[in-house]
Amino acid sequence: MKEHGSGTGTYILVCAALLVLTVITVAVSYVHLGTMNVVVALLIASVKASLVALFFMHLRYESGLVWGFALTPLFFLVLIIAGTLSDTLFR
Amino acid sequence: MGKHHGEGERTLNDDTPARGYLEERGFWSWAYTLDHKRIGVMYLYTTLFFFLLGGVFALLMRIKLMFPGEQVVSNHTYNVLFTMHGALMIFLFIIPAIPSGLGNFFIPLHIGARDVAFPRLNLMSYWIFVAGIVVILVSLVRPMDTGWTFYTPYSAKTSADVTLLSFGIFLIGMSSILTGLNFLVTIHKLRAPGMTWHRMPLFIWSMYATSIIQVLATPVVGITFLLLAMERLFGVGFFDPAKGGDPILFQHFFWFYSHPVVYVMILPAMGVISEIVPVFSRKPIFGYNAIAYSSLAIAVFGFFVWGHHMFVSGMSGTAAIIFSLLTFSVAIPTSVKVFNWIATMYKGSITFESPMLYALTFIFLFVVGGLTGMFLGALGADIHVHDTYFIVAHFHYTMMGGTVMGLLAGLHFWFPKMTGKMLSEKMARTAWLLMFLGFNVTFLTQFLLGFEGMPRRYAEYPPQFQALNIVSTIGSWILATGILIMFANFVRGLFRGEPAPPNPWNALSLDWKTGSPPPTENFREIPTVSDWPYGYAGRRP
Amino acid sequence: MMSGPGAHEKAGIAAHEASHMDPATAREAATLGIWTFLATEVLLFGGLFTAYVIFRIRYPEMFYEDHLKLNRVLGAVNTVVLICSSLTVALGIAAIRRGKVGLLRLYLFLTLLLAGTFLGIKYVEYTEKFHHGLHPGTDIFFSLYFALTGLHGIHVLAGMVVLGTVLFLAGRGKYSEGYHTPVEISGLYWHFVDLVWIYLFPLLYLVG
Repeated sequence: MKEHGSGTGTYILVCAALLVLTVITVAVSYVHLGTMNVVVALLIASVKASLVALFFMHLRYESGLVWGFALTPLFFLVLIIAGTLSDTLFR
Repeated sequence: MGKHHGEGERTLNDDTPARGYLEERGFWSWAYTLDHKRIGVMYLYTTLFFFLLGGVFALLMRIKLMFPGEQVVSNHTYNVLFTMHGALMIFLFIIPAIPSGLGNFFIPLHIGARDVAFPRLNLMSYWIFVAGIVVILVSLVRPMDTGWTFYTPYSAKTSADVTLLSFGIFLIGMSSILTGLNFLVTIHKLRAPGMTWHRMPLFIWSMYATSIIQVLATPVVGITFLLLAMERLFGVGFFDPAKGGDPILFQHFFWFYSHPVVYVMILPAMGVISEIVPVFSRKPIFGYNAIAYSSLAIAVFGFFVWGHHMFVSGMSGTAAIIFSLLTFSVAIPTSVKVFNWIATMYKGSITFESPMLYALTFIFLFVVGGLTGMFLGALGADIHVHDTYFIVAHFHYTMMGGTVMGLLAGLHFWFPKMTGKMLSEKMARTAWLLMFLGFNVTFLTQFLLGFEGMPRRYAEYPPQFQALNIVSTIGSWILATGILIMFANFVRGLFRGEPAPPNPWNALSLDWKTGSPPPTENFREIPTVSDWPYGYAGRRP
Repeated sequence: MMSGPGAHEKAGIAAHEASHMDPATAREAATLGIWTFLATEVLLFGGLFTAYVIFRIRYPEMFYEDHLKLNRVLGAVNTVVLICSSLTVALGIAAIRRGKVGLLRLYLFLTLLLAGTFLGIKYVEYTEKFHHGLHPGTDIFFSLYFALTGLHGIHVLAGMVVLGTVLFLAGRGKYSEGYHTPVEISGLYWHFVDLVWIYLFPLLYLVG
């Protein structure tokens, strides 16, 4: 873990961004976009998640090894969803 | 070039107790220990106990199976017997034995460290394991009759105490996760100076790959059993067609863990073999990189194939074809290892001490098991033999002929290091012969039974299968005798074994460069490593 | 004699730990350790997320109708609460990095307050649902809702226990500018709990 994480100012900015994105995602949910609702919601959620991971969890300052540990489970999450879908979608 | 007893550097002070890490006595010195060696020993005792208990259930099953009707025990009792045999063997013996037993003991020694990265977490993992055992044993008041796979809908509805058992298995899983987590960080961070990744013993590569699987797959079985408990307690309905759920979803979740977990079972055993074969061939391991990387490949590919347990479940044809194709891919890294072990022995100077006997047995029996696995990966063949004794024989060849033989090889190899005593080679060989014969009589007949159509998990079977069943049961008695003689050898060794020198096998890894048994701090000074541990006969990688 | 671990055993443990890793390695090991643990949590929740995907595709109308019955306002408030609690944890860690123990304790206390608020709001939501006869088992959507938010809620509770312990130990002077690893790794766990909710909120409350 690096000694210098982000500073207090950065944390407050990130929090503000997260709150703004929350407002946006709630607002968009009241608009009927069909399938795009899910896409937009997940996109915004992913931006928020990235902000939390990069700044609050200081992935931004971590080594490649830590990035590997952080991202690998996502691959396997996709795998279990895809594998199960390969069954349920094609019955 | 023979082996010389007494060779090998001692790295001990004059005031190091002769019994090393075993010197301190008393209940609390074990229960409250942070020494990875003691934790490993506790895991070994616990898991070997359940090996024997699970074996007793197996013997009872085989006695019943000599008779085709509802004889000896009731059909319901038979269902309980095979469920308990499977569940105990898998969750309380075969998954933890090599990783948490031998792995805990030897990983720090192999990499030149004083302990694992998180010793307190290590101790906690053992006591969580014990807590899980207690919960599972309490659940036996209303014992399981679902098969160790706990398929819904039956497991959601049976009066057996599945809820409590689910919680018990959840705890066992937590223990497994903590062990894997500890090993991953240990291997990354605590290697001795000069020990690059390519100078690590192959046992460490296999334990690293195993730990990846433990960390990523076990949580899925955790949520699976949580959902099963929720089904029974709250009727959530994810697996209940009447509520819009899907019973096959349970199987997807269950096998997403339970297929990779067979690689948790086999990879450590393969690691043990990779340590033993070079020592008793007096030759460097052939294809170090291939064995190292194939371990990682097995760990990863093993996650892609879980659907091959579900070909006849009602899964889609598309998924079946995809999983069948992927299943064949996992054979490739596995067979790479087998070729490398054989190439190691080629033109080596081979001797047949008991560790090598068990290692050779592993290679032979595991190849049989693995090849029959390839038959099962083929859709057409699997439909014919699914849920028959062919499957039972397949997994006993891989799990018992494979993992158990690997464990026994490791126990014989490392008994002098762990206890400071030597085993009786004569007893070891007698036990081995009976086990080898008994095992094949028991399980080869089951390939035939399965191919001819005898279903598994059936208490009653058509009378034409009785003859082979009787043969198989007789085999189980020969196998059991061999196992008992081996345990007698262990007990004898503990109390009356010859004192062991630091390096009785004249091996090169760091564990053999410290005392037998090692001191609590493992090494007087942490060594600086400049070479790989396979430089037998002075050959370079 | 089973009289409990004596001073001798405890001293042995302390010596064992002290001789083990140098501080830099210990910090890096702790970081890898907590990220590994978080990886397991991804897969734990992953099973439920998989179930969500499967059943959402299968029952689009049920998901649409049912999600409207959830209290979007309370869900949004809870999202804000958790985001702010991540901020307070981060500020607390920034404080202890400058050696300011008192500030750390303040921010930890605020975090616990916000976490408690989160659970309080969930309690209100749950009782409201039960009052309307909506509970786990009503249908697949509500089973998923209760399973996902319930599992998440348990993690919030566990996080409160962890952060509460850190707060207590901070009061005993355990942490300083030079050593505050447990604070950092507890913080990482807490941010992860926030992360899961960042996905749960839209998937359950916003998109039918």
